[in-house]
Amino acid sequence: MSATDRSAPPTPGNRPNPARWLVVAVPYLWLFLLFLVPFVIVIKISLSLTAIAQPPYTPVFDLAGGIGGLIDGISEFTVENYLWLTEDALYARAYLSSLTIALVSTALVLLVGYPIAYGMARAPKGLQPTLLMLIILPFWTSFLIRVYAWIGILKKEGLLNQLLLWIGVISEPLTILNTNTAVYIGIVYSYLPFMVLPLYAALERMDRTLLEAAADLGCPPIRAFWKITFPLSLPGVIAGCFLVFIPVTGEFVIPDLLGGSDTLMIGKTLWAEFFANRDWPLASAVAVVLLVILVVPIVLFQNHEMKRAEREA
Amino acid sequence: MNSRTSWFNVTSVTLGLAFLYLPILLLIIYSFNESRLVTVWAGFSTKWYVELFSNKGLLDAAWVTLRVAFFSATVATVLGTLAAITLVRFGRFYGRTLFSGMIYAPLVMPDVIIGLSLLLLFVSVDFGRGFWTIVLAHITCSMCFVAVVVQSRLVAFDRSLEEAALDLGCPPVKTFFQITLPLIAPAVIAGWMLAFTLSLDDLVIASFTTGPGATTLPMKIYSQVRLGVTPEINAVSTIMIGLVSIGVITASLMTKRRQASRIRAERQAAANR
Repeated sequence: MSATDRSAPPTPGNRPNPARWLVVAVPYLWLFLLFLVPFVIVIKISLSLTAIAQPPYTPVFDLAGGIGGLIDGISEFTVENYLWLTEDALYARAYLSSLTIALVSTALVLLVGYPIAYGMARAPKGLQPTLLMLIILPFWTSFLIRVYAWIGILKKEGLLNQLLLWIGVISEPLTILNTNTAVYIGIVYSYLPFMVLPLYAALERMDRTLLEAAADLGCPPIRAFWKITFPLSLPGVIAGCFLVFIPVTGEFVIPDLLGGSDTLMIGKTLWAEFFANRDWPLASAVAVVLLVILVVPIVLFQNHEMKRAEREA
Repeated sequence: MNSRTSWFNVTSVTLGLAFLYLPILLLIIYSFNESRLVTVWAGFSTKWYVELFSNKGLLDAAWVTLRVAFFSATVATVLGTLAAITLVRFGRFYGRTLFSGMIYAPLVMPDVIIGLSLLLLFVSVDFGRGFWTIVLAHITCSMCFVAVVVQSRLVAFDRSLEEAALDLGCPPVKTFFQITLPLIAPAVIAGWMLAFTLSLDDLVIASFTTGPGATTLPMKIYSQVRLGVTPEINAVSTIMIGLVSIGVITASLMTKRRQASRIRAERQAAANR
């Protein structure tokens, strides 16, 4: 904002007092205990062995045993789960296919979302809040239900095949459900608002006089788009791509409900190891490797968001 | 703008909205289908809704889900608002990078990782799994979304009012409740609603962190969907979509009306001066 803000008198934020400490400490402690500590536990259990017991792994730390018990536990750690991940090609293929699906679907969401966001930002000012509302509303309705809605549309005797047969484009119903195509459709559909909203925010803020200047100087509209509009919308593009790419990599519901048995995604693998095979240590190892893969995009996303927050302040 | 680009804009927005709404619309239409076959239209009927209200398992799950969502959204709103104030107002402090990292990471972190890690935490501290573990898990995720929503409002707001109150000797805590909170109230309410729907919606984290006796509606729907599409699920979905839509539209109309009346009051004040 303006320079006068910086010379403003001390506000509750800058004055030491107990309330201030409480404001920081409560959410900090909460996230520390319920977000950060669990990751340490996941790493610990990924180094344990499966056991037919409750909980189904060893070693279980005996806190009563003190330091000695801790050391005994640590000496039992094993990297066997990680070795297993490299030995069975299934896991490598699942990671690779997750990343491919995430990458391709991010590109698809961008391709579908950009024209929508662009059209919204250029719509009459009075109409824009309503359009924004219409984009957000499906996002509020259940993710599971929206994915479920596609089953009825995509299946063999579903509505899409009925429509296509009726028009006469096809003579035999297509198999779309339980293929990767269905997974892509489901991802584009579910994640579209995550892309449209940051894109719209960037495009709506844009200074339109720049385009007028370009047009006055004889720049054709398409070129003006690539030279001016697209570069200015890049923060929105980046934010949208992160918001789609990272969660899609670990997506479970969409590949499970719309994909087929040959749709390999790591979220599905982790779920199966945990719930079907009850192999908690292996599921933990799968999660740790997924986290290692995603840590770079997550940190980049955080930096991007922090810079944006600072720019706005 | 020439007419060709606006034609393009209208088409892309219309197609986009059609893509977003058609599946939901079809789902709603087929919840009123007479036939058990979801894709063959056999006439209008509300029998699936009637059947729904005699399905005790489904109703129990809905009640559990609503309670989980209420508790988790309320706590997440308090924690998320505190976190937003910390992020916007407290400048640099020791451990700030870690703090903002812990706020932004859950926004994109895959649900399977959050669910698994929280479950393992609950198991290792021997916390009885069930209703309350789902609530704790949902608070942890939702508070970050609340923090981001409230943060954007705090950044945009005029601090001179707060400063005036402090200059006049109002204690900071009182200033917060008298000045700051009313001004950021729309964002806090939006944050609560977001947290509530996130909780209503969640399948993966709830499946990991639940215990015996606590089955949420998404878990119930998921297990039935795996067996096939049924008109009953369409009916549940329609009710959920209807409730959420009414809630969101009412909230946005209310904020709009409040804004309008505020502008009117300001104009009146200016005219009287």
